[in-house]
Amino acid sequence: MKYTEEHEWLRVEGDVVVVGITEHASEQLGDVVFIELPEPGTEVTKDEEVCVIESVKAASDILAPLDGEIVEVNEPLVDAPGKVNDDPLGDAWFFKIKAADLSQMDDYMDEAEYKDFIG
Amino acid sequence: MGELKRTPLYDLHVEQGARMVPFAGYEMPVQYGMGVMKEHLHTRAAAGLFDVSHMGQVILRGGSHAEVALAFEKMVPMDVLGLGEGRQRYGLFTNAAGGIEDDLMFANRGDHLFVVVNAACKDGDIARMRSALEPNVSVTEITDRALIALQGPAAEAALARLSGAVADMAFMDVATVELNGTECWVSRSGYTGEDGYEISVPAAAAEALCRVLLDMEEVEAIGLGARDSLRLEAGLCLYGNDISAGTSPVEAGLNWAIQKVRRAGGDRAGGFPGAERIFGDMAEGVARKRVGLAPQGRAPMRAGTVLYAGAEGGDPIGEVTSGGFGPTLEAPVAMGYVGSAQAAVGTEIFGEVRGKRLPLTVAKMPLVPARFKR
Repeated sequence: MKYTEEHEWLRVEGDVVVVGITEHASEQLGDVVFIELPEPGTEVTKDEEVCVIESVKAASDILAPLDGEIVEVNEPLVDAPGKVNDDPLGDAWFFKIKAADLSQMDDYMDEAEYKDFIG
Repeated sequence: MGELKRTPLYDLHVEQGARMVPFAGYEMPVQYGMGVMKEHLHTRAAAGLFDVSHMGQVILRGGSHAEVALAFEKMVPMDVLGLGEGRQRYGLFTNAAGGIEDDLMFANRGDHLFVVVNAACKDGDIARMRSALEPNVSVTEITDRALIALQGPAAEAALARLSGAVADMAFMDVATVELNGTECWVSRSGYTGEDGYEISVPAAAAEALCRVLLDMEEVEAIGLGARDSLRLEAGLCLYGNDISAGTSPVEAGLNWAIQKVRRAGGDRAGGFPGAERIFGDMAEGVARKRVGLAPQGRAPMRAGTVLYAGAEGGDPIGEVTSGGFGPTLEAPVAMGYVGSAQAAVGTEIFGEVRGKRLPLTVAKMPLVPARFKR
């Protein structure tokens, strides 16, 4: 598992990367009430805004961590946004991206580095 | 910005796991461990305890209730003289242009008028009261008392364990009641749409009283986050968002707060700042009105969302002034101003969110029915 400074977690499954947000991020956001997912098939570039996530407090964006194509989205999340608080590392993944260049993963933190990053 | 102030309950908030944030010059709890959503639902289901000690508590004292009331009526378009002893009323400070300088609660406590004003406005309000009322009426800011609110359907049962007298109070009654061995000034009121009490308690006794309440099964500490979603569902205005110095009470839909005796044709009509504009608005109608708004999708529409009559084109017709998610309704909720032509309940309008116009419906307020003990 890798982590971004935007508090996303990235899990590699073959040439596809599953993206979600960390427990720390879900705690900071508070209760999540709305999620807008991208369309499967969308070509995205790294750092492009691909999802909107709104909590009781505020709206924030999820950025594409890599260049590639969105190949699958977690549609059930739209009707149950609270899963992001209940199970951020499991059930509440957001999308899967087919990476154009998996070496972009090297830029991201491992678990120990992420733990240091959030203090 | 100066140093943030703390209420007498600061240490208790921290101990209870609150996340503290700056609010109106104070460090206040925005939420506790349960989180905003569960705190909101708990308040509607049982009882929530809120620290509102940042609000201003002021005592106005003069020769008689009539003297104080008639002087105060020069500042607010409310019937103060006719407010019976032991009763409280919602009020507005207006300005010369007919706008709202603050909203407030005032109570006839026999030998004085007890006024509670918003934290962010209190310095201005107190200065305005001093200049308008002194020296005939004295204006004393109370700084040695905390203010807490116990809100929700179980509030009566919980507080009645400390004094049975509170169960006999009706909505907007005020009384001096001994709670946990301390003299408290209690009103049956609040700002959540629920039954409940607001309690002014000496600062030194506030933490002990809160601990006794929090030890009760039905009571949980609730932060400002849930206070905001509760008042929004209840259709209650947040000063600075939904009403301001540029909003007239008529635009804000607060005509009900202006009693007949102070309106055009009443025995004590006018005599408050902006009476001409406010009477004009009442007689001729207003171009824009505050309405409840129910976004049709799941996306919350926050303050500042621009509103349109149609899905495409056209000029803006208004703006959301408060918006978020309503945990009781399990849907987004909002309020805002629209043109009078779009203000009828059921009118479909559109709000622009992230470049897209999304539908919302003008909804009856309160969005969640109030459960006051009349």
